[in-house]
Amino acid sequence: MDLDLTEDQEAIRDVFADFFSSETGPERARDAEPLGFDSRAWDRLMETGAPGMGVGGSRGGGGATLADLTVVVEEAGANIAALPLVDHMVATRLLATVGACDDDVLAGTTIVGLAIRPAQDGTARTVPTGAVARRVVALDGDALVLVEGDPGAHLENHGCLPLAHRPLAGATVLAEGPDAVAAYRRALDEWRTLTASTLVGITRTALDLGVGYVKERRQFGRPIGSFQAIQHLLADLPGLLYGARLLTAKAAWAGDRAVAGQAGVADIGDNEITDFAALACMALVSAGEAATTATDRSLHVHGGYGFSEEYDIQLYFRRARALTVVLDDPARECRRLADLLLAGPSTSNPPGAGSDGNCVPHGGSEPGGDADHLATGTTR
Amino acid sequence: MDFSLSPGAVEFRAEVKAFIADHLTTEVVDQMHATGTFNDKAFNAALADAGLLAGAVPGYGDRDPIELYILFNELEKAGAPYDGLAVTMLVAGVVNAVGTDFHRSRVLGKLLTGRFNCCLGYSEPDHGSDVASITTKAVRDGDEWVITGQKMWTTMAHVSDWVILLTRTNPDVPRHKGLTMFLVPMDTPGIEVQPVPTMATERTNATFYDGVRVGDEWRLGEVDGGWAVMGVALAFERGVMGGTNPAVPLLRHVRDWAGGAASPDGGTMLQDPLLRERLARTAIANQVSQLLTLRAAWIAATGGLPGLEGSMAKLYATERYQQAVGWFQEMAGAEGLLGFDADGAAADGWIDYDARHAPVTTIYGGTTEINRNNVAERHLGLPRDR
Repeated sequence: MDLDLTEDQEAIRDVFADFFSSETGPERARDAEPLGFDSRAWDRLMETGAPGMGVGGSRGGGGATLADLTVVVEEAGANIAALPLVDHMVATRLLATVGACDDDVLAGTTIVGLAIRPAQDGTARTVPTGAVARRVVALDGDALVLVEGDPGAHLENHGCLPLAHRPLAGATVLAEGPDAVAAYRRALDEWRTLTASTLVGITRTALDLGVGYVKERRQFGRPIGSFQAIQHLLADLPGLLYGARLLTAKAAWAGDRAVAGQAGVADIGDNEITDFAALACMALVSAGEAATTATDRSLHVHGGYGFSEEYDIQLYFRRARALTVVLDDPARECRRLADLLLAGPSTSNPPGAGSDGNCVPHGGSEPGGDADHLATGTTR
Repeated sequence: MDFSLSPGAVEFRAEVKAFIADHLTTEVVDQMHATGTFNDKAFNAALADAGLLAGAVPGYGDRDPIELYILFNELEKAGAPYDGLAVTMLVAGVVNAVGTDFHRSRVLGKLLTGRFNCCLGYSEPDHGSDVASITTKAVRDGDEWVITGQKMWTTMAHVSDWVILLTRTNPDVPRHKGLTMFLVPMDTPGIEVQPVPTMATERTNATFYDGVRVGDEWRLGEVDGGWAVMGVALAFERGVMGGTNPAVPLLRHVRDWAGGAASPDGGTMLQDPLLRERLARTAIANQVSQLLTLRAAWIAATGGLPGLEGSMAKLYATERYQQAVGWFQEMAGAEGLLGFDADGAAADGWIDYDARHAPVTTIYGGTTEINRNNVAERHLGLPRDR
């Protein structure tokens, strides 16, 4: 048991807290709207080695664990960096498991995206970084495929994410069959975990912005932060923040253990959950709720300034929602989670749920073991 | 971070689980709900005899503080009668932290045998959350103190051997500066205990103190230093000693019920998509509650006093528990209203029980609003306005 960051992780946190607060932040995010890509910051980020840091050292990457990566992306989230970092890190790790990760990808000169839903009729729809990534990894049936070409046409959206549809015509098949599906599922759980950590960062800053504002803003002759009605809106947030951060860290810990061949369990009767797939789902739902609640309340206590473009909280508010729902409705995520936690699937789930490549338990017959089998380049 | 328990903690947890499997019989559970006394002296004594209470006193001894969390978390998850034990061990922690050699030799050793109980005498009929305003008087008379007043919510007083009693010793200074704490033997003449039945099956008490005389050796902490003793007690109380995973047995009971309960829409309730979503949401809340509690335990284990972290854990866990049982009672319909002994009761009556119990948990041990005040003022640094 150790609920503190390792010394290495503290160093990583400090380096990237400095990087993202100086190279990114609300002003830069505002300038990068509506596309949601800050190319200057990406160039600077490449100098840090972050794009390839999650790939094993033997493959030319930085050898960072999933737990290490959560530390990096929390800082990116706290500064709403307009960078395709999470998707690139996850896609890069996935490419490494099938031996398809080249130097351009490791360096970040070629941005790779991840289609987080299986393709429909030959198109990967609303790929989170589809408007900036030249390459996109997708699951098409039971084939893991890579499409390369110009980024797709940007779809303007609520959170100014670089969303685009990406047709898969002409895509290269990287791997096929159960191992390919398992590797994709594992990648998706890594995406859930790192997106959760991004949302934790957003939660943290949203809370800071709200608290800072209510200490300064005076009405009726005193700071509005002295009113209990305001205090109680904000007092729920630290528990949500620390809870989501711990759950995300636990998911990453379970993910790293799964790579090392240690399967987890999911026993809700005893509240004993160490299964990566279950924890990744839980982390995303929990962090999504923390971020939407924190940004909602923080915006609210700003009064009219909260929704004016001049103030930063609205930037956080919109990104919190975008990252919470871009994969799916959290309620449907919960139903997928239920399939992992409860005996027997529901008879009335929507078509495709539970069999669409999302959220299948690691451990047992096709778990971390498969990822391990494929993991020629992932971190050890 | 590493979320696996140490080998020693894993072994301790296995011992606690084995103990619960052997000793938490249907009779023990039935007895606790029939009497409303969530305390079982034979169960406590057996725990002590099995060597499982050695790490149960916060801040005492050289056992891993994570053991304290494990013990109460396992008892809570199993639905065991642990309320009396938790309060007793909390008082043991306070006695150890601020007591004298007299207190330790007369009381602490006995508490560790599992055969004695303590209760908390803070609240009064007119002073609950505003506990610094209590009026129960203690007046010095030579080497003795004479205590007169009334306490409320003195849960376990009817089975207790001592009460820690917050009294006013100086009415002429700001209210929290004139308080003194005593450890009072419950068999002292002048103490009367009256039961207060509650809708939650658990019994509590009102206690009356009419010229109760105790020697100065029973004073806990400094004269007029009672507020500092309260601070120690509250830091121990919130978070680590149970009370933050009440929805674990609820989730288990509802899951087990849903698999065999017919849904009005056809199939079983376990196939109902909305129930599945809510079971999953409750499972997430249970994990978060556990992690927030572990965070408090971790801070204690690394030398801190986890008062605020405990506040956050209690605030989160009890509200989610209340929300979850509200969902499940609605979804169980009329059968969710039926009690333990009623024919057809959903989840054998546990939904009705938890729906009665959940509102208690957001009130006792520091209300949700008091915990929000604590977090707002002491964690977020917002200006105090009371």
